[in-house]
Amino acid sequence: MEAPLTSAPSSPRGKIVAQAEELYRDLSFGAVRRWKAAEPGRKALGYLPVYAPLELIRAAGMLPVGIVGGGDMEVVRGDACYQSYICRIPRSTIELGLNGALDCLDGMLFPSTCDVIRNLSGMWRMMFEGRYVRYLDLPQNFDPAVGGVFFAHELRALAKDLESLGGRPVTDAALREAIAVYNENRAAIRELYDVRAREPWRVPASELYLVMRAGNVLPAEEHTELVRAYLAAARAEDRRLQDTARVVIRGCFCEQPPVDLLRTLERSGCSVVDDDWLLALRWFDADVPTEGDPLDQLVRAFLSRSPACPSLYLRQGKKGDALLERVRETAAEGVVFAAPSFCDPALLEQPMLLNAVKAQKVPCTAFQFAENTGQFQVIREQAGAFADSIRLA
Amino acid sequence: MTVAAAKDRSQDRQKEMIARHFSRLARSEETGEKNVYTFVPGNLTELLLAFDLLPVLPEINALQAGMRKISGDQVTKAEKLGHSEDVCAYVKASIGALHSGNLGPTGERLPKPDLLLLSYTGCFTFLKWFELYREETGAPVTMLHVPYQADGCYTKEMVQYVVKQLKEVVIPDLERVSGRKYDEDKLREHLKLSAAAEDDLVRVLESAKHRPSPIDGYFGAVYYVGPIFSSFRGTSDAVLYYRELWEEVRERMARGEGPMTPDGPMGPERFRLVVEGPPNWTHFREFWRMFHSEGAVVVASTYSKVGGTYDFGFRHDPDRPLESLAEYCLGCYTNLDLPSRVKMLSGYVRDYGADGFLINSIKSCDSFSAGQLVIMRAVEKETGVPGGFFESDLVDPRYFSAANIKNRIESYLQMLDQRRSGAGRREGALS
Amino acid sequence: MKCWIGIDLGSTTTKSVILDESGRAVGRGITNSRSNYETACNVARIEALADARLGLCAAALPPSTADGALVGDVRAAFLADLQREFRLAWHLARLRGLWAHIERETPAVEKYFSGVRLGGVLAALYQALVAEAPSLFAPGAAKRSDFFRDTATSRYHALATGRAKAAGVPFEALMAAFDKAIIKAENEESDFGIETGASEAAQRALAKAPLSAAARGTVLSAMRRALGEPFEVVASVGTGYGRATLPFPKEQIRSEILCHGLGAHAMFPRTRTVLDIGGQDTKAIQVDEQGLVTGFQMNDRCAAGCGRYLGYIADEMNLGLHELGPLAQQSTRPVKINSTCTVFAGAEIRDRLTLGQRREDILAGLHRAVILRAMSLLARSGGIKDEFTFTGGVAKNVTAVQVLEKLVRENYGERRMNVSADSIYTGALGAALFAQRPSLASQKQELVA
Repeated sequence: MEAPLTSAPSSPRGKIVAQAEELYRDLSFGAVRRWKAAEPGRKALGYLPVYAPLELIRAAGMLPVGIVGGGDMEVVRGDACYQSYICRIPRSTIELGLNGALDCLDGMLFPSTCDVIRNLSGMWRMMFEGRYVRYLDLPQNFDPAVGGVFFAHELRALAKDLESLGGRPVTDAALREAIAVYNENRAAIRELYDVRAREPWRVPASELYLVMRAGNVLPAEEHTELVRAYLAAARAEDRRLQDTARVVIRGCFCEQPPVDLLRTLERSGCSVVDDDWLLALRWFDADVPTEGDPLDQLVRAFLSRSPACPSLYLRQGKKGDALLERVRETAAEGVVFAAPSFCDPALLEQPMLLNAVKAQKVPCTAFQFAENTGQFQVIREQAGAFADSIRLA
Repeated sequence: MTVAAAKDRSQDRQKEMIARHFSRLARSEETGEKNVYTFVPGNLTELLLAFDLLPVLPEINALQAGMRKISGDQVTKAEKLGHSEDVCAYVKASIGALHSGNLGPTGERLPKPDLLLLSYTGCFTFLKWFELYREETGAPVTMLHVPYQADGCYTKEMVQYVVKQLKEVVIPDLERVSGRKYDEDKLREHLKLSAAAEDDLVRVLESAKHRPSPIDGYFGAVYYVGPIFSSFRGTSDAVLYYRELWEEVRERMARGEGPMTPDGPMGPERFRLVVEGPPNWTHFREFWRMFHSEGAVVVASTYSKVGGTYDFGFRHDPDRPLESLAEYCLGCYTNLDLPSRVKMLSGYVRDYGADGFLINSIKSCDSFSAGQLVIMRAVEKETGVPGGFFESDLVDPRYFSAANIKNRIESYLQMLDQRRSGAGRREGALS
Repeated sequence: MKCWIGIDLGSTTTKSVILDESGRAVGRGITNSRSNYETACNVARIEALADARLGLCAAALPPSTADGALVGDVRAAFLADLQREFRLAWHLARLRGLWAHIERETPAVEKYFSGVRLGGVLAALYQALVAEAPSLFAPGAAKRSDFFRDTATSRYHALATGRAKAAGVPFEALMAAFDKAIIKAENEESDFGIETGASEAAQRALAKAPLSAAARGTVLSAMRRALGEPFEVVASVGTGYGRATLPFPKEQIRSEILCHGLGAHAMFPRTRTVLDIGGQDTKAIQVDEQGLVTGFQMNDRCAAGCGRYLGYIADEMNLGLHELGPLAQQSTRPVKINSTCTVFAGAEIRDRLTLGQRREDILAGLHRAVILRAMSLLARSGGIKDEFTFTGGVAKNVTAVQVLEKLVRENYGERRMNVSADSIYTGALGAALFAQRPSLASQKQELVA
């Protein structure tokens, strides 16, 4: 059964998606270059998955730019840096760095996501001498008096770096303003996810992904506008309800699935109702308060409102609780575990999630991908059989 | 650890210490002694001893399973349980072991964990490992987050963060499990013993600067670091062991002898090498033989620093008990940034008079391996010595290709030989 | 004459090179690496000695003869005839050896195929193979494999098909006898005498040459001198993937890295970077101005992207290995291939063919993927310096060479890229040069007739 997965290019929705897709395909970060060129002295800071204090970067007057690899770009020199058993995202990221695509960035931020991203921070320092590089340690202790104090210090050190890099102070007022802008952005994204969870036929996975992905390179307010415009267009269009299996997808919090993989899933009869893509853009599930000490508020939000992500230690509850809650909230009928090959956090987490999901008799299936996977035959068959088994159950 | 080489006194002592420890663990459910599972890098053995808790180190048990050639089945078992072929084989071997009666290296049963001390130092996989263990065993976890030395140093805020976690999280959990109050004086006593053993360990490791080197700083060193990296740091057993070991090494040095190998004394020293990366355990002796049969001795290795970089001056300090434990954790090799690792390797090549350096790239271990190719080029540039690169795995026997590795090692050593003999030997060969 | 021998025992082929005192390669030999490495090694060496012997013959020819006829085309024709007659005689000798085994195997095969009688049809088959043999070596005959095994198999197969039917015996029975015999035949040493063979070949070639009787006499005595000079093998060195199994003492074994570096240097003295893509592995080697290796990298544990990978592809597409490159040249829209994993290659190709992608476009993508992996390895080894020499079986592939040239230019700028027709002998040449090093010269000398 073929669902209409792409909007007519001339429709309002089609135009938005086309614009987002252009940003996605532009591996030279033209949007960032244009933003910088619009006003002399503007700076941009790249960040890798999974979390970055976007508000702080913005408050320093910089554009936070999400770097999530190079998709299916050809990689030569990046491959020279890695053994065959390392995932793909750092290879293409290095290739982007070496081919000049990231020259528009004034620095790179490497959050503590896994050993590979961690070590990439040191490689970057060695390979791109003279560029600003920072590793951001995320606390694994969630007590405000312990992990909170440490994280506040980390953020303050980062703020200090950004002040000297950007040449302007990070004031509380600027930080509050930034928090408000990102609250707006996250609210729009939450709405997008809510609509998609209720009526997935209105928001195909590939379109949602592309619209979200634009948030990696656009200033937050522009992205908010784009999300809202897309939502309005999606609501206005009359789309038929499809007989598909509603699935939650997990495992893609760092290396991203190719958009064609998402299209394959949907063509095989799976409607994605929840995912873990591009988590940095929607790290907090509620507004960060704008009153009080704003940096403190960011720290508190991180300690108490971070999502269940395999790179964070799960201090309470059981593995899979959060996933099962999302399954219930989105009325999902199944879970698709899609982990990048050689992704340690995703693949080590997977057996625990699988057990939790199976214990609740939620159907699930699992496969691996790489950002440059080009052949989807096996996934198509697997996802098709999975969707059928749910629909016919 | 079980070592078959020549029987030195120190080896007998180590063997006896290990046997005693594991039989104590085996009997602990009857005796009521409590245990704590933890990891080698950033282990807090003195603190555990201060609470009379028995340490259990799943990494060591996994590598022992590798040496005893049973890890392959354990890994397969874990994969059947849904673990990916792509991930760390230590984790899989230990999960497989849990599902096969949880036997220790001496064949005796290990007790169920009373506490999982997740000292998360230099390896993200540790985090997942104990989350998995928590699921498997139901044991509680106490989490100690050790920040990464991303800028080549640690800050006082990092030390404070670790100390605070020790005070607010780890110590209360240890009190709960052991039923004892924290006794800082007892901790200081253990730390004093640690420092004494550490002095002798450094003497042993640095003896490799001598020509010929009396020890192998990689294959041999994994035995030497055994007690101090596992359950014995801070014990008088360890002090005696290292004293005895140092005396033996000193005697060998005085006699101008090279290292002992499992196949007997090594022949004349032809190559002095530095090695980065852990060894393969499933074919450990075969691997070592590829070196010693060619007269290649490893004079320094980074793997022998995963449980502490003592050769750079760090000692546990009874006067600053918790701070020094925090600094110990922060300083473990895999917690260092890549430029620091390059500096350390380059320094080893120079200070130990090495002819070359090799990287054994371990599939299981991203913490070590991700970036090693860039490290290699940087060390080459720094020292002017060409690097060699080969791949294997810790305890997954499917990833040890003997012919392949032997080919690379031979090619590498022949290249060094050629370099050394220089152009002169080729006179007349080509015109 | 004094000579030095290098042997490169590869996973697919075994090569041998002979050097004379001046370090010049005077003989080359190649054979398929068979189950018995020692035989493969001997066969390659004898091939190289034969090649050297014919070379001596050519060199011994006087500049001209009294009648002034042995010049220009006549001279060239004589030398070509000498080669052909020699190769034909050797082929026939091997065919005889093979047939002795076929006859030995026949009773068992007859018994297995319930008493069928093969004697008559086999005798006729042999006569036919002998009768057609000259045509295989005739001037202008289509170029076939250099290996007796390949030629014998394809001709036997071709002739047996028709004859089995005509004689009413099962084709499988004829093939069974052949299959058993060929393994034995190729693993035993031939009793073919090179010097006798060459002498007879010279006489036959001479018979065809338009020369006076006196001139023939001059040529024959020159040939006799060239054939009478013994080869005195001073030293041998072995290398290659299977080197550990070579019947050589350890000091006569060198890694293929060192041999490829030195061999490439000997062929192209300004070489600084060598890429060798062989069957089992890919090597990127950096050498100094004297051909000494200063660094190298080999493909990691995963053999994806080596020559063997192209072999799988050829099998999957039912093509000969040598057909891949030319076919890929016809591509107009190369397909993007992201993985050179041999495990998935078959499925991926079937998938793409099902999707309607053209074979030549898929092949173009595959060649690019293979070369991209090599580019990564080169970068890992320290990059590509001027000059750059490409060796190994894949260097014979025209598309691979073209893609590599383009990528080298794009990534490193202008680099002189050397590809030799003899590049398959690079390792053996390097080994022979090592054999010539003074340290080995004092070895026990061994005389080969």
